[in-house]
Amino acid sequence: MRSTQRTLDRDLLRDIALVCLADGIVGLSYGAIAVGEGFAVWVPMLMSVVVFAGAAQFMFIGLVAAGGNPIAAVLAGLLVNARHLPFGFAVGDVLGRGWGRRIAGSHLMLDENVAFALAQDDPARRRVAYWTCGIGVFVCWNAGVVAGAVAGTAISDTDLFGLDAAFPAVLLALVLPALKDRRTRLAALAGAAVALAASPFLPAGLPVLLALAGVLLAWRPREKAAP
Amino acid sequence: MIEPWVVIVCALVLGAGTFAFRFAGPVLRARMELSEHAERLMATSAVVLLAALVATAALIDGGEFAGFARPAGVLVGGVLAWLKAPFVVIVLAAAATAALLRLLGVP
Repeated sequence: MRSTQRTLDRDLLRDIALVCLADGIVGLSYGAIAVGEGFAVWVPMLMSVVVFAGAAQFMFIGLVAAGGNPIAAVLAGLLVNARHLPFGFAVGDVLGRGWGRRIAGSHLMLDENVAFALAQDDPARRRVAYWTCGIGVFVCWNAGVVAGAVAGTAISDTDLFGLDAAFPAVLLALVLPALKDRRTRLAALAGAAVALAASPFLPAGLPVLLALAGVLLAWRPREKAAP
Repeated sequence: MIEPWVVIVCALVLGAGTFAFRFAGPVLRARMELSEHAERLMATSAVVLLAALVATAALIDGGEFAGFARPAGVLVGGVLAWLKAPFVVIVLAAAATAALLRLLGVP
């Protein structure tokens, strides 16, 4: 029993390490792209520490570099990050008690560690997965950004390595067990369909939030049709 | 290029707003008694959001179709996940598929 547990933990840590490594490489490209777009070396570093949300950071740099209004770029970034609000409700108890843990744990909240936490059955493992992945990605992401910003365009196109496919695959692999439940699967499929349909028309971030409508769509008919 | 102080203010505002989104859930949750039904609903909501992220990250880039290589890689990863392949295999196969297809000239 104990050895099984230890193997499970080692597997979990190895999986988390892989995600940290991948995020570190994306951080490398973020630093390199930001500097390549003409930002000072400290800009991607500052953003990675205080914002710590890859998609919003890429969006901010991209919009401002393209001559966009910085206020609009901040709002676009906030819209992309609004999904952390429902994430926080789902994994809030994983952070633990006390303000220190809540503050640090909140700042470390990511798609990846939320998905890792949700994929664990046991509360203790959920906590380990959330914190390990959060701290690991924070360290790797920031180290990658520093290296990329200093070294310049060493790796600027991570699409060449297929890393853009790795990120959704990570989330998909972690979410798949939860989709065994029929109602959750219905909600997820409906939500994904709504997000895809809205994507061509709405700014980034909003389509994913609209996916929450899937929760209603899948829940209402079941409750009415309950025998 | 914009002034350094503008960049600093923007980073701080974006950081503070993002933190507020992240912080609200854990704090509000601790203040209320949640039914098991509500707990389940929130877990489902997170799964739905993640599924929508998978779909949009796989298929959409800048409001447009992301090309074939990326969703093909994600699909390979998804099939391997469904077959219960190890996580490392899933992730590396997804990346390798997309990279290989691009090498072959698939957009």
